[in-house]
Amino acid sequence: MSNSAGSTVIQWPESLYHTFHRKPGGGQESTHYCPGCGHGVLHKLIAEAMDDLGIRERTIFLSPVGCSVFGYYYFNCGNVQVAHGRAPAVGTGVKRALPHSIVISYQGDGDLAAIGTSNILHAANRGESITVFFVNNAIYGMTGGQMAPTTLEGQRTSTTPRGRVIEETGYPLRMSELLSTLHAPVYIERVALTDAKHIMAARRAVRKALKAQVDGKGFSMVEVLSPCPIGWKMEPSKAKEWVKEHLMPAFPLGVYKDVIAEREPRVRSAPELNVEGVEELFAAEPTVERTGEPTWEGIAERYREPQIKIAGFGGQGVLFLGSLLANVALRKNFHVTWLPAYGPESRGGTANCNVVISQDPVASPMVSKPTVLMALNGPSLERFEPHLLPGGVLVYNSTLISQPPSRKDVEVVAVPATAVADELGHTRVANLVMLGAFLGHTGMFTQAEVEVTMDQTLKQAAMMELNRQAVERGFGSVG
Amino acid sequence: MTVVDKTVKGPTVLIQEDLCKGCGLCIDICPPGVLRQDSKLNHLGFHPAIYTGQWCNACGLCFYACPEPGAIVVIKPSREER
Amino acid sequence: MAVELVKGNDALLRGAVLAGCRTFYGYPITPSSEIAESAASVLPTLGGTFVQSECEVAAIQMVYGAASAGERVMTASSSPGISLKQEGISYLVGSELPAVIIDIMRGGPGLGNIAPAQGDYFQMVKGGGHGDYRLIVLAPNSPQEMCDLAMLAFELADRYRNPAVVLSDGFTGQMMEAVEFPPPVSELPEKEWAVRATAETAGNLINSIRLDPEELEEHVINLFAKYARIEAVEARWEEVQTEDAELVLVGYGFVSRLLKAALGRVRSRGLRVGMLRPITLWPFPSQRLRELADTAKGFLVAELSTGQMVEDVRLAVDGRRPVAFHGRYGGAVPSVDELVAAIEKAYPEEGRSA
Repeated sequence: MSNSAGSTVIQWPESLYHTFHRKPGGGQESTHYCPGCGHGVLHKLIAEAMDDLGIRERTIFLSPVGCSVFGYYYFNCGNVQVAHGRAPAVGTGVKRALPHSIVISYQGDGDLAAIGTSNILHAANRGESITVFFVNNAIYGMTGGQMAPTTLEGQRTSTTPRGRVIEETGYPLRMSELLSTLHAPVYIERVALTDAKHIMAARRAVRKALKAQVDGKGFSMVEVLSPCPIGWKMEPSKAKEWVKEHLMPAFPLGVYKDVIAEREPRVRSAPELNVEGVEELFAAEPTVERTGEPTWEGIAERYREPQIKIAGFGGQGVLFLGSLLANVALRKNFHVTWLPAYGPESRGGTANCNVVISQDPVASPMVSKPTVLMALNGPSLERFEPHLLPGGVLVYNSTLISQPPSRKDVEVVAVPATAVADELGHTRVANLVMLGAFLGHTGMFTQAEVEVTMDQTLKQAAMMELNRQAVERGFGSVG
Repeated sequence: MTVVDKTVKGPTVLIQEDLCKGCGLCIDICPPGVLRQDSKLNHLGFHPAIYTGQWCNACGLCFYACPEPGAIVVIKPSREER
Repeated sequence: MAVELVKGNDALLRGAVLAGCRTFYGYPITPSSEIAESAASVLPTLGGTFVQSECEVAAIQMVYGAASAGERVMTASSSPGISLKQEGISYLVGSELPAVIIDIMRGGPGLGNIAPAQGDYFQMVKGGGHGDYRLIVLAPNSPQEMCDLAMLAFELADRYRNPAVVLSDGFTGQMMEAVEFPPPVSELPEKEWAVRATAETAGNLINSIRLDPEELEEHVINLFAKYARIEAVEARWEEVQTEDAELVLVGYGFVSRLLKAALGRVRSRGLRVGMLRPITLWPFPSQRLRELADTAKGFLVAELSTGQMVEDVRLAVDGRRPVAFHGRYGGAVPSVDELVAAIEKAYPEEGRSA
């Protein structure tokens, strides 16, 4: 509606193109819709509201799959054509990227209530600040009149040639009722495009739903009972009556939810590059200062270039033990890899990780034949002892493993790790006792080197003294 | 693009006959009943709606009932212009 | 120099953030969930967006929406989840939208298992969605490359307006290694084509429908002209001791590390073996493999599959040299010993005597 020279002129809204330049062929001033179709009416109501709210340029209109697949021929704003049923998901992506945008998700009954049911439900439940116009005409128009989730009992369609049988195909799905049970949506109303009273009620609902988004109130949906004369195989004036006589009783009109007034506006901020924030955030990550050239000088030949397997039960800090050892080596400029067993295997039951330390880049981080095995509990020893290479080192937690290892061709080091940790008052530092004992035994790295590494990589300052003591007791437990 | 006739003095409805698909919804909804279907076919092959020429009160309902964006324009001149 | 010992999955997310990605949509699945978890932790603190979607199908469509709006956006999943995303991937290509998709491959088919595998080569490199298209596919073999190739993926996706994939596996995602992170990207490319909810972009349309066959054919021709340009300049690979190689090993991702270990062993026994590791699976380094077929007498491909990439190696070598294959699948991983034996078996007789 516009005012021109003092006159009121009700005409073609600016938010609809006046020449449909994207529409192929001739007739670029008329739509592709059939005579008497509700889509054109709803398009005009939406466009008029866009004009009046002054939101055309910031509106992004999502065209679905269905008869309104070519919505972008008509709406004079940003347009995104989307996959069948996915408009609420696409709208989520658009709106969160552009919080100042007005996102219109225009969907039919197959799109919204069949293939896209989960998408509309979850977008509504997240309270995405978008406006959904849901055209319910109880049939699949574009594909030629097949059954829709909203098709009425007994209604003949090309896939219910004897009429819809409830026992076979379920009941007409009432989306407004369904979605209004959710907390997040602010406004849900069902309207009908029939007579003057109902069309003007639809006009008000369209404006209200868009206004709610302009005001940052959240998710709104207007379900529109709409005639499909061609799909229903009847004259337009008959189709309009059929909406009244058949659709409206099955899908009662009315406001199903309206909490617009009581909801506070919530407008997200747009994502930003925030380079300083990135630098700051990552500056806090634990790093080690690499020093010197990696050397095995002074370390016995058999301990060099170790392939280490560390195993225990979940909660013993096996993975942490491995990563600390890897960090100690990394600080000394060695090449290191750390590879855990992951997934359900790592939960509850046994946990293990592989650590490789080398002067050269590590090819394979997998340790199938370890030169070092640290076993923190019995099952771990049982499982991995056979794989240890002859001449390797086996460090085991003698507190929890009463049966000593049987291998005679490996070096065995018993460490009462859990007992020592208990003496320190914290069972869970048994892993650090193990690490200290292993390093003390092999001379691979010094206690001071472990402490510096812990200082550089561990965040919990409060635990530092306990950790230091555990490592120290480990070093002290071996000759 | 609809060209609005600025010379109109009373409330009126302008119908672009070549954009009309002859669905008749405007005729059904018109309270004073001043629209009717033309006996002639337009270039699309439909019998377009036409204005009988008087008693339009510019209520605008025909515009809202019409599925085509450009087929109907309703003009309600201000009091001064009348 | 400060370095960090970082998990592959974490390095990848960090690379994405350094590349300017502030938007992540995804659904949890082992072994890629850590990427989503990192995104959930990091992105909101930077003013970015993290949404755990209702399903994989929705996640990729949220990506479609954010990409339409011009965001650098990503999703991450693992094989079965990637299957579900294929619909949206095809739409992304059809609408020429840049986006980055991470696939941390696991054992299949079906629910399979969560162990590392490479059975998704076909679905990512050859197309798993409908229609004619290609995805840019990058295959890291270390945490450092998880970062670097994630960054590259965003760059290539934007440059060519096409989705780019980082195709990795559970081991590369889970392992830790030293990573040196580059500085963050401070400027992002302009995207005049995007819908930005502004007056300037109100005339823009993101669309994959082209009803007229001639129009769609022209669109596909344009896509493939673009793909020809990508193939000409974007193939990346690493070579190890190929100069005198009688036998060239070919493997990507985690397998390449196992092959490298095996290569070291057989070299010390005097076998002249080299390796070509494709870093881009598409575009595939076919030209370089063709050249190597001039000097090498044979090829051995190893994969964590029944043989998918091997088809591309065979196409490149075009019957001029034998191409042997060694595969493990279902989540099983070959030992280095096993690969050494495979190399011994594939090693050309004439090379042995030379």
